[in-house]
Amino acid sequence: MISRFFLLPLVAAIAVAGSNLASLTAAPVSYALPEEIAAFKPGPNLEMVQNNCTACHSADYIQTQPQGAKYKKDFWQAEVTKMIKLYGAPIEEADVPKIVEYLAATY
Amino acid sequence: MLDRREMMKRAAVATLATGFGSIRALALDTVTLPFDNGERPLVKYPQKRPMIGLTSRPPQLETPFSIFNDGAITPNNAFFVRYHLAGVPLDIDPDKFTLEIKGKVDHPFKLSLQEIRKLPAVELVAVNQCSGNSRGFSNPRVPGGQLANGAMGNARWRGVPLKTVLDKAGVQQGAKQVTFGGMDGPMMDTTPDFVKALDIDHARDGEVMLAYGMNGDDLPVLNGFPLRLVVPGYYGTYWVKHLNEITVIDSVFDGFWMKTAYRIPDTPCGCIEPGTAPKATVPINRFNVRSFITNVTDGAKLKPGATTLKGIAFDGGKGIKEVAVTIDGGKTWMPAKLGKYLGKYSFREWKLPVKLAAGSYELRVRATNNAGDSQPMDPLWNPPGYLRNVVETVRVTAG
Repeated sequence: MISRFFLLPLVAAIAVAGSNLASLTAAPVSYALPEEIAAFKPGPNLEMVQNNCTACHSADYIQTQPQGAKYKKDFWQAEVTKMIKLYGAPIEEADVPKIVEYLAATY
Repeated sequence: MLDRREMMKRAAVATLATGFGSIRALALDTVTLPFDNGERPLVKYPQKRPMIGLTSRPPQLETPFSIFNDGAITPNNAFFVRYHLAGVPLDIDPDKFTLEIKGKVDHPFKLSLQEIRKLPAVELVAVNQCSGNSRGFSNPRVPGGQLANGAMGNARWRGVPLKTVLDKAGVQQGAKQVTFGGMDGPMMDTTPDFVKALDIDHARDGEVMLAYGMNGDDLPVLNGFPLRLVVPGYYGTYWVKHLNEITVIDSVFDGFWMKTAYRIPDTPCGCIEPGTAPKATVPINRFNVRSFITNVTDGAKLKPGATTLKGIAFDGGKGIKEVAVTIDGGKTWMPAKLGKYLGKYSFREWKLPVKLAAGSYELRVRATNNAGDSQPMDPLWNPPGYLRNVVETVRVTAG
């Protein structure tokens, strides 16, 4: 379990220049987001899932969803459909069952 | 709104970051939220103390619940973070920032941050709570951000009433709503940009605020620097971050984030029979009443005898009238002493001395507001997992 949760504390510790002084100095603010810490678990069609999902969100969006017998094929089919219909994900129709297969088998 | 070049740059960074070759280091720590699959990393972001990491991209950070025991005000560095779209503005020059007011107004104009700061300022203490706060406790579970109770916070906001700016612009006859857009944006043109709307009368109520200050400091970047909308008593979805675009319209806004997302069943409680689908929905709006015990955690072992319970309560703006606690399964409710009043939109602290003889207890807290609204003993349910406000239970053992 632990191995999925990684951090890069050094990157995270970089200060935000002038962030609390804008009213006095109006210095530009440059913010460094820490590195992503979740990775997709190995599973069938992993590469297809990475290619279709990661442009918009990190793997923890999937990892943290409810798990168990009630949250398998139907649950993930609905989620992938939502990504396409509501959020405009450009996923090929032929890829949908393979992505659902990965999600149901892996999470 | 992001320009295309910036979007492409971010897409490239995102691709790199998810590659297998990226350098990774050891986890700071993990925490386990009290529902299935609740393990989360504790993460450290600039301007933030260690927070519960829900997602990395776009970033979503939950406040560790123990923070709420430290006082009525949530520190900026512990305040929760919720983005919808991965185009997060990371380079912000306050000198170049402008807020545009346009649409059905007589005098469309742009304001610099300096100009906004020169307008007469107001301050207001108000809770911001994510619509999805506590979603992880939904039964049956529902998809979405699986949060415990830490996607809320209370701050002293400083800024300019939205009414001031709308009056300067001169709202035209027939205006129905005002829409709000921020500097954050989607990674793809096909993803709906995050835009929210308020009715014109609500927008001009004098309380809705363009806020640049938070607890005496600037807004943290991840909380909307340099300007965000503050909509007192309303769920956080309306509190648009990095706010730079205000448009007055003469229709009801039909964008995705109002028409399709962030909707609740059109029933008095906003709830329906668990596992069913609503007949009709409306946009989510005001908070219902909530209260928490903050100084005793579930499963705690206490010394028998006198102990003082404390916590917080809040609602959508009627103000908290009463907080009561039961230690005997609801047979008797003991009124707690309310803490300092910081305004009707604020957390209200409470405390109550109790005596616990050796044994097991279920401690429950229930608040009532000035309209007589209270909290249900059984959790309400709806498909998006919104509006949770069940009477909370903390199980403890004395002895």
